[in-house]
Amino acid sequence: MTDLHLTADRATDAEAAAIDAAIVECGLEPVIIDETDRLVRGGLHRANNARHGLLPALHALHNVSGWISHGGINYIAQTLGVPPAESFGVASFYEMFRMEDPGHTDDVVHVCVDGACQIAGADGVIVSLEASGTTVHRSPCLGQCERAPAQFVQGNQGRPDFVAADREPTVIPQQGDPTLRLLKRMGVTDPESLDDYVAYGGYSALAKAFSMGAEAVLDEVDSAGLKGRGGAAFPTAFKWRGVRGADGDKKWIVVNADESEPGTFKDRHLMELDPFSIVEAATIAGFATGAQKGFIYVRGEYPLATKRLQNAIDVARERGFLGDGIAGSSIGFELEIRRGAGAYICGEETALFESLEGFRGEPRQKPPFPTTHGLFKQPTAINNPETLVNVLGILNDGSEAYKQLGTPDSTGTRLFCLSGHVANPGLYEGPHGMTLGEAIEMAGGPTGELRAVLLGGAAGSFVGIDQMDLPLSFEGTRAAGASLGSGVVKLFNTETDFQAVVTRIAEFFRNESCGQCVPCRVGVVRQHELIIRTAGRSMNGERSLLDDMDAAMKDASICGLGHTASTAVRSAIDLGLIGA
Amino acid sequence: MTIAETTTENPDETPIETSVTLTINGSPVTVDQGQTVLDACTSAGIDTPTLCYAENLTPVNACRVCVVEQEGSRTLVPSCSRKAEDGMEIQTDSPRVRHSRKMVLEFLGSGVDMSQAYQVHRWMDEYGADPGRYGPEAARIREDVKVQDDLYIRDYDKCILCYKCVEACGDDAQMTFAISASGRGFDARISTEFDVTLPDSACVYCGNCVGVCPTGAIQFKTEFDMRQADNWKPEEQTVTQTVCSYCGVGCNLELHVQDEKIVKVTSPADHSVTHGHLCIKGRFGWTYVQPTIERR
Amino acid sequence: MQGLQNGASMYAVDPRRTSSAKFADLWLGLELGSDVALANTVANYIVSNDLHNKEFIAHSTTGFDAYVESLSEYTLEHGEALTGVPAAAIAEMATAYATAEKAQILWTLGITEHHNAVDNVLSLCNLALLTGHVGRWGSGLVPLRGQNNVQGGGDMGALPNKLPGFQNITDPEHRGKFEKVYGKEIPAEDGIHLTLMFEAMERGEITAAYVIGENPADSEADIAHARKLLKGLDLLVVQDIFLTRTAELADVVLPASVGWAECDGTVTSSERRVQRVRAAVPPPGLARHDQDILRDLAHLLDYPEWGDPTPEDLWEELRSLSPLHGGMTYDRLEAEGGLQWPCPDLDHPGSPFLHGWLWEPDLGGRAGAPFSPVVAQGPKEQRTEEFPLWMTTGRSLDSYNTGVQSGQMNSPIRYGNALDMNPADAAQLNLVDGETVKVSSPRGSVEMPIRVQPDIPVGLTFTTFHFPELVDINQLTNDAWDKRSGTAEFKAASIRVEKLVTA
Ligand SMILES: Cc1cc2nc3c(=O)[nH]c(=O)nc-3n(C[C@H](O)[C@H](O)[C@H](O)COP(=O)(O)O)c2cc1C
Ligand code: SF4
Ligand code: SF4
Ligand code: SF4
Ligand code: FES
Ligand code: FES
Repeated sequence: MTDLHLTADRATDAEAAAIDAAIVECGLEPVIIDETDRLVRGGLHRANNARHGLLPALHALHNVSGWISHGGINYIAQTLGVPPAESFGVASFYEMFRMEDPGHTDDVVHVCVDGACQIAGADGVIVSLEASGTTVHRSPCLGQCERAPAQFVQGNQGRPDFVAADREPTVIPQQGDPTLRLLKRMGVTDPESLDDYVAYGGYSALAKAFSMGAEAVLDEVDSAGLKGRGGAAFPTAFKWRGVRGADGDKKWIVVNADESEPGTFKDRHLMELDPFSIVEAATIAGFATGAQKGFIYVRGEYPLATKRLQNAIDVARERGFLGDGIAGSSIGFELEIRRGAGAYICGEETALFESLEGFRGEPRQKPPFPTTHGLFKQPTAINNPETLVNVLGILNDGSEAYKQLGTPDSTGTRLFCLSGHVANPGLYEGPHGMTLGEAIEMAGGPTGELRAVLLGGAAGSFVGIDQMDLPLSFEGTRAAGASLGSGVVKLFNTETDFQAVVTRIAEFFRNESCGQCVPCRVGVVRQHELIIRTAGRSMNGERSLLDDMDAAMKDASICGLGHTASTAVRSAIDLGLIGA
Repeated sequence: MTIAETTTENPDETPIETSVTLTINGSPVTVDQGQTVLDACTSAGIDTPTLCYAENLTPVNACRVCVVEQEGSRTLVPSCSRKAEDGMEIQTDSPRVRHSRKMVLEFLGSGVDMSQAYQVHRWMDEYGADPGRYGPEAARIREDVKVQDDLYIRDYDKCILCYKCVEACGDDAQMTFAISASGRGFDARISTEFDVTLPDSACVYCGNCVGVCPTGAIQFKTEFDMRQADNWKPEEQTVTQTVCSYCGVGCNLELHVQDEKIVKVTSPADHSVTHGHLCIKGRFGWTYVQPTIERR
Repeated sequence: MQGLQNGASMYAVDPRRTSSAKFADLWLGLELGSDVALANTVANYIVSNDLHNKEFIAHSTTGFDAYVESLSEYTLEHGEALTGVPAAAIAEMATAYATAEKAQILWTLGITEHHNAVDNVLSLCNLALLTGHVGRWGSGLVPLRGQNNVQGGGDMGALPNKLPGFQNITDPEHRGKFEKVYGKEIPAEDGIHLTLMFEAMERGEITAAYVIGENPADSEADIAHARKLLKGLDLLVVQDIFLTRTAELADVVLPASVGWAECDGTVTSSERRVQRVRAAVPPPGLARHDQDILRDLAHLLDYPEWGDPTPEDLWEELRSLSPLHGGMTYDRLEAEGGLQWPCPDLDHPGSPFLHGWLWEPDLGGRAGAPFSPVVAQGPKEQRTEEFPLWMTTGRSLDSYNTGVQSGQMNSPIRYGNALDMNPADAAQLNLVDGETVKVSSPRGSVEMPIRVQPDIPVGLTFTTFHFPELVDINQLTNDAWDKRSGTAEFKAASIRVEKLVTA
């Protein structure tokens, strides 16, 4: 942190320049400044305050060198005051960072091996890419399930990252449907044009918020009954009130756009195709909670979303919708983007804070909750992008109109991510409470003979074909022992190799556990081993072993990853998909 | 600061004394505000297993062996870090608690060499942990012993990833940050940057990591050598508390003596001067006392 | 460091950018020996900007006006010229110190190992009086001691002018108390300290010496001279746990045992905390406890009244004679993890800090604490064309004093003795890292390797004195000493570094 011990390795000029630029972009300066031969400014406080520059610095280093080089780590240590062992510990936490010199300068092609892509032939894609000499990395769900098998290309030597959507536009199946609320601008407006956004109703909610006042905004969101769309279904107004009422003059908004729940791609759509809506909604959240600044933590594998959001932020600032005195008011708000680097766990809110602050993405024990001890241990409202975008409609049309759709306990509409064995995979909006069967019909119905649906993501559960009448609402799914999670509806027909699919889910948790707490760190490994061990045969006594593990993971793990790591696996066994 | 305002009392140490009363296994227990559920259990005479907790470190609540059941909480809570609150109802021996504690110990035993974690053996018996349940194929940590100098060794085959060494090396004591957790999940390890050897790292050999390690994963070289020679006999050792002979801080030392020879040095965690932490001189600078070495 | 984590600011004042300085918000690399100049400049700035604590000064101090007058020449500009530290940085530190709610000044031998050591200390005390940062929780003056029991040695009367508990030899009442218990008369004049002893040896006034647990043949400044004097004694008795270089010169060597591991007793740390040490292992071979050696000697010198006291008996005697220690029984020391003096009676909790009385509304007739005007002098020796570099000495983390104890441990971080040098100085002399060079001062010369170190300012060099068997560094240091403290100027010598001509 201060008295640093460095190895002899030195950064290249390109590495140093890239790291310097990244740090400046975070609004930071080098921690140690030699003012004269006899006067040096530096020390623990400056290092602590600059620590949040670490992840951007690592990204910059990796992008120019293709790995986290020893010289680069030393340069980061000298610039940000982060001890090399700590930078190493942080960098090695993330899937996107190579810790060893690959010996070449090729881009890395990440190929998704999760559910939708697995059944769409990801293995074959990998074999042919490798045969052609491409550097391939097997990735968990890339959030492009509608394009299975999906790829993400990670640039090297300063080349930019890209995904398929950079080249061919994303198809919005419901495009132009006048009943749409959340998707109404998608595919219709130019996502890079603020004028377009305003022409289609943009920034009217912010104006309304300013004229109503913060308390009235909170009341409106409250009476709309808005609940979080990130998975935990927590009432948004309650969270915001907590932050507004919390002690402290520094408060934060964090947009959790780390979307990594396998099967989920809704937030990517919002960011790529309607980025201004997130910027506007985050600004309203700042106004309502009293926060002056926000971060949007975008999944590292989402280059186009990052680019479009950055453009939206820049344009909004240029046009007076961010910064001091927004839209002629006396209210100020700033937004900054931070990129994740490949870690499902960083979607967990407290792990996200740790990651953003420049530490390993290890969740914190709650309480204390983010509303009082969030980012930098200060009061923080953290929300999913979809949750935030709902606020625009609530303010524009009023909470009464908002509640016209949905059920009393699950108000409003919901984004559903349909993928797998379905005719028209893609993102759909429908009212809460529509049935599973109706949702599948929206997407043209299953391909082949449907056998099971994975609802809510890898942290959700499989439901059988007898559940087509299941209402897709918080309370409806809960009553059936399932969950809506992040809106994943992934279909599997009778041709599916369920042993492979379920083994992959178990492997996903094994790979993604942060490793902090024992029940999860070891439990997910033993679970994966058990699934492999019992392949093709009946579970017999091993089922009770699985139940034993599940009980401890649910009860004693720190975070939601451990709590839900067995749910899908056990539901697959209950449905007879495996282990029979 | 004016004359009238100034007292000779420590203003930070004289808050308005408040206490909280909670119920543990049906009986009321009163502790000071700010104390943990673990403190409350201890004051009620309840033995609670702990692995990642130490009184001289900030709780990381990672091992989860200390969990208890709290009325109204969906999951179990770590007693080592949860602050006691008025009206809490805590169960420390319910089937859920016993099950999770057993599983934690069993999980650890199935992947890590716990042979020198003597405390744990007792708890394993108490909770009926059976690490053998996961079969011979169960993945283990598998790391070679790192012997890189004459002061201490690192045998991560015995590491339960309790983070104590990282905390002691970092902002809970030493502020050196020579080691950190690296990697993720089951592959996470305690490591220097790029796994460079300790002498090449930032390590200043304070041995504070050795002092807090609960499993023998970080071990004095003297102890390691004596164990290799099958000559380590803790039951024959005496422990004498004294004061370090080097600088003026006044660190307290515990000299572990076997066969009239000092075999290792620790420091009492509850001592107000340095809370169990030392520097290289106090921790390792005792060799000149040994009769085996000619005093030049 | 925990304080820093909790938000405290730190300003490091040191000619070198040490490890501790790297934790500081600001490092002020003052010129060697310009400590008083810096302190006075800070004081001048505080007073000129009306940042001093007027109520405290009026109530609890004396001599303020004369002090302010003495500061007049120490303007920021002059301070910058004397110390080499930019004026703005001095002002920043002064403001931070004066306006902090709590502030401490901590120092070690960098302040005291100078020919004007007492001035250095007084200049810092003045700052504390000026701002009221003394005698309160969290504020104060904190000298950090390099040795575990220097404080204890002083407490127990190992000073030429003091009896145990800092009672004056020359005070008949104090002396009388001890004489009554000892049953012997105590010489009524002050003794002399080590540096004067060497001068007395030089004049032939001291012809015999009994050295207990010191290694002056390695540790004194201008070592060749010191060794010559020791060799010239009629009788030299050395009582030590090692056969030190001093012991090698001795006529009689009494092997002693290791205080903290082989004996029972007490030591006192820097914060005046008295703690118990205990025997864990028996002394080897013929080695014996100091106390047993002294007892036998006393009996041989025909003083049977000495008896055969246990360490606790000796301590009880001290308690009865030293009011500072009156309340410290062995039982309490054990139960309370040590106690800080003054602790006059059994109910007294010990004293975490001194001088609290300065804050009492009624000073009880006492005059208050005096300001002591001091003048900046700089080191005795100046750099010259012949000796153009400064050398200062110090310690490294894993070693201790002359290395007789710590040298036994195989430390992986020991780099041995080297002369640290700024890259620019090394380049000018055409030297590379690790190269062995000839280092000379007006008193002698040695050969040693250099270590190129960006953390040391241009013109300054640094080395440790832990490895006398490798490099006899005190051949070079200056034995000019402070008349009031008896400490030699280990911290400043002028030297010349030369490339060795390769054969
Ligand atoms: C393992 C794990 C991963 C998560 N990933 C995400 C995610 O990618 N995006 C998200 O919005 N919430 C995610 N969450 C939920 C967040 O912790 C948090 O509840 C959410 O961001 C709150 O926003 P909301 O109230 O708007 O839903 C995850 C939770 C867990 C336990
Ligand atoms: S439950 Fe798993 S992911 Fe969550 S903190 Fe524990 S180890 Fe990490
Ligand atoms: S010995 Fe000290 S510095 Fe070295 S790794 Fe252990 S705690 Fe860190
Ligand atoms: S080495 Fe020891 S102290 Fe460090 S994490 Fe492992 S078990 Fe804990
Ligand atoms: S992108 Fe492959 S499953 Fe989502
Ligand atoms: S001791 Fe409480 S979680 Fe480890």
